[in-house]
Amino acid sequence: MLYREALNKALDETMDLDENIVVLGEDVGLYGGSYRVTEGLYAKYGEKRLIDTPIAELSIVGNAVGMAIGGLRPVAEIMTANFALLAFDQIVNHMAKLHYMSAGKITLPMVVRFPQGVSKQLAAQHSESYEQMLCAVPGLRVLAASDVNYAYHALKHAIMSDDPFLFIEHELLYNKKGEVDTETPIDPFKARIVKEGKDVTIVSYLKMVDDVMAAVPKIEEALGCSCEVIDLCSLNPVDYETLKKSIEKTSRLVMVEEDHKTGGYGAQIVSWAAEEIFYALDAPPLRIAGKDTPIPYNRTLELASIPTPDSIAEEIVTWSRKNNV
Amino acid sequence: MDKLAAEEIYYEMIRGRAFEYAAKEHYMQGDISGFLHLDIGQEGLSVAAIKAFEKGDVFSTYREHIMAMARGISPKAVMAELFGKAAGVSEGKGGSMHLFDPSHFFYGGDAIVGGHIPNAVGCAYARKYQNNFDGVMVVFGDGATNGGAFFESLNIAAAQKLPLLFLCENNRYAIGTEITRVAPFEKQSHKAEPYMPALEVDGMDAVAVYKVIKDAQAYIQKGHGPIFVEAMTCRYEGHSMSDANRYRSAQEMALCKARDPIERMKRVLTERFGMDEDAIGALEAKAQQEVDEAVAFAAQASEPAPEALYTHIFVEGGSHALS
Ligand SMILES: Cc1ncc(C[n+]2csc(CCOP(=O)(O)OP(=O)(O)O)c2C)c(N)n1
Ligand SMILES: [Mg+2]
Repeated sequence: MLYREALNKALDETMDLDENIVVLGEDVGLYGGSYRVTEGLYAKYGEKRLIDTPIAELSIVGNAVGMAIGGLRPVAEIMTANFALLAFDQIVNHMAKLHYMSAGKITLPMVVRFPQGVSKQLAAQHSESYEQMLCAVPGLRVLAASDVNYAYHALKHAIMSDDPFLFIEHELLYNKKGEVDTETPIDPFKARIVKEGKDVTIVSYLKMVDDVMAAVPKIEEALGCSCEVIDLCSLNPVDYETLKKSIEKTSRLVMVEEDHKTGGYGAQIVSWAAEEIFYALDAPPLRIAGKDTPIPYNRTLELASIPTPDSIAEEIVTWSRKNNV
Repeated sequence: MDKLAAEEIYYEMIRGRAFEYAAKEHYMQGDISGFLHLDIGQEGLSVAAIKAFEKGDVFSTYREHIMAMARGISPKAVMAELFGKAAGVSEGKGGSMHLFDPSHFFYGGDAIVGGHIPNAVGCAYARKYQNNFDGVMVVFGDGATNGGAFFESLNIAAAQKLPLLFLCENNRYAIGTEITRVAPFEKQSHKAEPYMPALEVDGMDAVAVYKVIKDAQAYIQKGHGPIFVEAMTCRYEGHSMSDANRYRSAQEMALCKARDPIERMKRVLTERFGMDEDAIGALEAKAQQEVDEAVAFAAQASEPAPEALYTHIFVEGGSHALS
């Protein structure tokens, strides 16, 4: 099954279960979604539950908040993360805070689906990642799906939960293939050990998990070591337990992310390690991240602006040699 | 419109269409990537509006190749930008959606729907401040008129009596969503009517567009404040190369193409100005040649230097108004 099909299945099964679930966003209904995630749902559930909105992101999220107050369970789709900036007032001031400010009298069972990241030459206004901003807002649960099985289970969980969720997807993952095991439930807040190893812990999420996995054979060959690869899955809250266990075993931490390095999400993981498990580390942690530049259109420059399997392997090998890892 | 203007507009329309087809071909060959939005079907509107708004500043969207060229940016610099080359008008950093050239008073090339409208309002404030009432023209689609940025801009421009021409290219679709499914009416000029004069024009008729934009600019030049023009038009291709255009019937497309702006302008040249087929054929050959040269130029142009990733984040050399 493809990643986008897994998301579609999660939407379909939950909508089938609970008629309070509605989906809203640009081109989500009749058109089937710009990444085809909602394909077929309009025909099945009709325009009352698949709501084609105008290009008005503030209202998409703002209306979803109101729908949730009114007793529905909305799933809002933002076409691309950069457009969600128009909805940040609603995300930050309303979606994240109403439960707290009302002392729990208002609950917002809602999800905002959030496709992001560098795709292919979409240039500076269509290529960014905003998990660092979302995770700086208390009151939001932030999940990041890198894996097909996780995408299915985690989206279902988010839709059925009574908390507000930001569900981050990467635009290059929609056609990724994988198996979905519908029988075995998962805990969406638990990090996923993608590959076990004993010498270095490489933490990442979203598409960077695949890029790390592509780099691992080169790293292991060059260094004669074994890498443990962890997919965070839940960016807020973070499953520090799993990280701690792994780093206590390997005593080395590498954080790989696609967003801009300064103020980037991985800074939280590295600062946690420095505060909490400093003495378990045998080397300074390494952060590999996007460059602090807007994303350029030209393909060569674009690839130079973010980590790639080659640059990840190269940086880790250089870092290891420097630190006698 | 005199013969010279008509000929120039026709020439740029056919050059625009040839340019867009060449861009499509090179997208399919992999020379161009990302989002490519073609303006085929809307050439009359793009060219005539820009030619009529001769002086003043222009802010446009991601569907702007033809407008950029009509403003005077060379087809070579535009095609090289689509190819992502250093000789491109944005040095390969912007691509198809981000053509900027202040030397031609052309400010994009913005790909956040409606996001450039408040920028145009601010620029109109600056022009009024400078006592320059040629003003600013901001171009946007029907889809952009449903966003808050648009409504806020109508209000501010009217309240401050700014020299701003709002030009709505209503092609009735925002990607796959038909305007009447997400707005209560088909004509978006209704939204502007409480704030300013709102004119309507057939966007498939370049002569009519030229006249209405001339009149509209004359209005803002008098210092009366903003004006709104809605041009009904039709795009022939999908929204972008990523859109298969499945939501419009063959019949709808045929009706669209029956209003073809190029055929219409050609009749103006032959019937009103007595141009013969040979003279028109010569224009077509010249337009195609200019496009071929632009493609050849873009293909052989060099890639940006790797350091270009880090340039232009801030003003080079750190210039400062106090130093
Ligand atoms: C704020 C924002 N939301 C969504 C998009 C995605 N998007 C790009 S173009 C477009 C449709 C715009 O339609 P319209 O304004 O009618 O212009 P047209 O493409 O028809 O010329 C959409 C939804 C975007 N670029 N920016
Ligand atoms: Mg439109």
